[in-house]
Amino acid sequence: MSWQVHLPALVVSVPLLGAFISIAMVKPRLRNLWFATILVATTILAFLMWRYVAINGTLVYVMGGERWNLTLPSGMTLPIRIIMEVDAFGAFMALAGSIATLASGLFSVRFLDRVNDGNKFVALFFLLFAGMLGLEVTGDFFNFFVFLEIASVASFGLIAFWRDRPEAIEASFKYAVLSTFVALIFLIGVGILYGVYGTLNMAAIAKNMQVGFLEKLALVLFIVSLAMKSGAVPLHMWEPDAYGQAPAGVSCFLVVVGQASLYGMFRIAFSVYGQAFEGSVLAWVIIVLGLLSMFIGVIMAVIQKEAKRLMAYHCISQTGYMLMGIGLGLLALSSSQAMSEYGFTAMKGGIFHIINNAMYKGLLFLTAGSLFYATGTTNLNKLGGLARKMPYTTFMFAVAAAAIAGLPPFNGFVSKLLIYESSFVVHPFLAVVAMVTSILTLASFVKVFQSGFLGPSRDDLNNVREVPLSMVVGMMVLCVMIISLSMMPNWVLANLIEPAARDLVNQASYIQAVMGSGL
Amino acid sequence: MINNIPMLTVGALFVIGLYGVLFKRNIIKIAIAVSIIESSTNLFLIVLGYRTGGSIPVYTLAGEFKKMVLPTPQALTLTAIVIGLATTALLLTLIMLLYKHYGTLDVHEIRRLRG
Repeated sequence: MSWQVHLPALVVSVPLLGAFISIAMVKPRLRNLWFATILVATTILAFLMWRYVAINGTLVYVMGGERWNLTLPSGMTLPIRIIMEVDAFGAFMALAGSIATLASGLFSVRFLDRVNDGNKFVALFFLLFAGMLGLEVTGDFFNFFVFLEIASVASFGLIAFWRDRPEAIEASFKYAVLSTFVALIFLIGVGILYGVYGTLNMAAIAKNMQVGFLEKLALVLFIVSLAMKSGAVPLHMWEPDAYGQAPAGVSCFLVVVGQASLYGMFRIAFSVYGQAFEGSVLAWVIIVLGLLSMFIGVIMAVIQKEAKRLMAYHCISQTGYMLMGIGLGLLALSSSQAMSEYGFTAMKGGIFHIINNAMYKGLLFLTAGSLFYATGTTNLNKLGGLARKMPYTTFMFAVAAAAIAGLPPFNGFVSKLLIYESSFVVHPFLAVVAMVTSILTLASFVKVFQSGFLGPSRDDLNNVREVPLSMVVGMMVLCVMIISLSMMPNWVLANLIEPAARDLVNQASYIQAVMGSGL
Repeated sequence: MINNIPMLTVGALFVIGLYGVLFKRNIIKIAIAVSIIESSTNLFLIVLGYRTGGSIPVYTLAGEFKKMVLPTPQALTLTAIVIGLATTALLLTLIMLLYKHYGTLDVHEIRRLRG
């Protein structure tokens, strides 16, 4: 037994420890050092966890048990302790999330010098980090709710971090009301499942699942609340406000936190309900949510004048791609022929899009942040001709914009192609909407690039200089990730994406890891 | 019928809270409505675990009783109450700051973020 079996607990507890100790840091230099150390350490832990799961299969960890893998003490038919369960999909999400978080953290280090209460920023940042990773490693419904709330409370604080700006407070309040409300809805859903099955463990519920009226009601509550948290269309209003008003490093972070909620939705749809849920209603609901998010998000993005708000709307439309890809996989779940025909390709596309979006959307928010750092505005009408003054930022922006628009050879192209191919098999209309969205995405980023970076230099921006080194390093992390994902898509598909997609589809192995095969 | 009254209360509280969140204009009232939904959720969890005639779920204190109410929902409710306290406090803080900036509590006047 190696120490690595404790990784699921460590990835949550290290940032949590980082949060509470950072409050007490007196010297700013020391605090910055602490910030960077914990960030890097957690990212390494997430990487090790991914590697461990890739080699040894699904990892189960019992909190406070006599042994780390004692899920069912003798004589019990239901697990009684809090159990964390990490399969390849969860480990993949944790890895992608922590890389984006590392970049946004490095980017934010210099930002901390400009504010008085940097300690609180660091504390909230780590709380959010712990909440996000917790969502991705837990195998327990109530635990999931707790981490959801940890992440929400930390993000209210971070969105309203510029508390002398009325808009920031307004955005945070909107998000707070909506998010508290849907978290309670989620809790009611958990309560219903507890009432029926007498347990809170996802795998145990999945094992006994027999879909009736109450289970359907709980599923509706789960889907509504997690769709809102991830910013899918009917409940997306908070997203442009929150992402637009938060400090740029935080917007980059909130993207991956939204994806953690998306992870929860897929986990519930595939691993808890899975094949017990007959009919294709759930799959179509997710696909339609995806279509709406894609199209409405991009339409709203095209007309925006404010760079960060524009990117936030794109975030909604990118979420649509993931929903559609994985929704198609869910549609094919009950028939192995459909699965090999289009379902698995769609799942690969959707999951690949998750990591792609974390990287390029994060990078876009960071470039918007450095525009703001250098010029004091992100309004596109007040920017222009910055390519000569900020060469690094311009380069990174160009890479990220090309990737999000799905231009070959960038990584966005690979994942979108997989989604086009598979959705075309189901219905050509789906593929057409996805392509139109992609073209409009390109159009709106050409607009940003043209009005922000090209053109004659403006007199009021003469004193602008490139952002400090640590911010460039933060952006560089994501830029390198985008380029390497683009350079070796086959390796990534074979080693990162396919194991994740396989584990997500394979409900039996998820149940077996906790419940054992004997019962 | 009489056994269903707790569940009906849960439903009634939830609907009242929902109405408040959707239709009230004063943001303090919205915060109160969120708290009402919170209470309905907590009540729901407690009712789930209740068994008629059950005693407290502490083994050493239960005495002669052979029947206990379920302990898990009570633990859940405690956690949910603590989380609810945190979110309510944050909501009220945000309301305070909003009032400082906008000078009003009317939700229709607090809308600089549009489109």
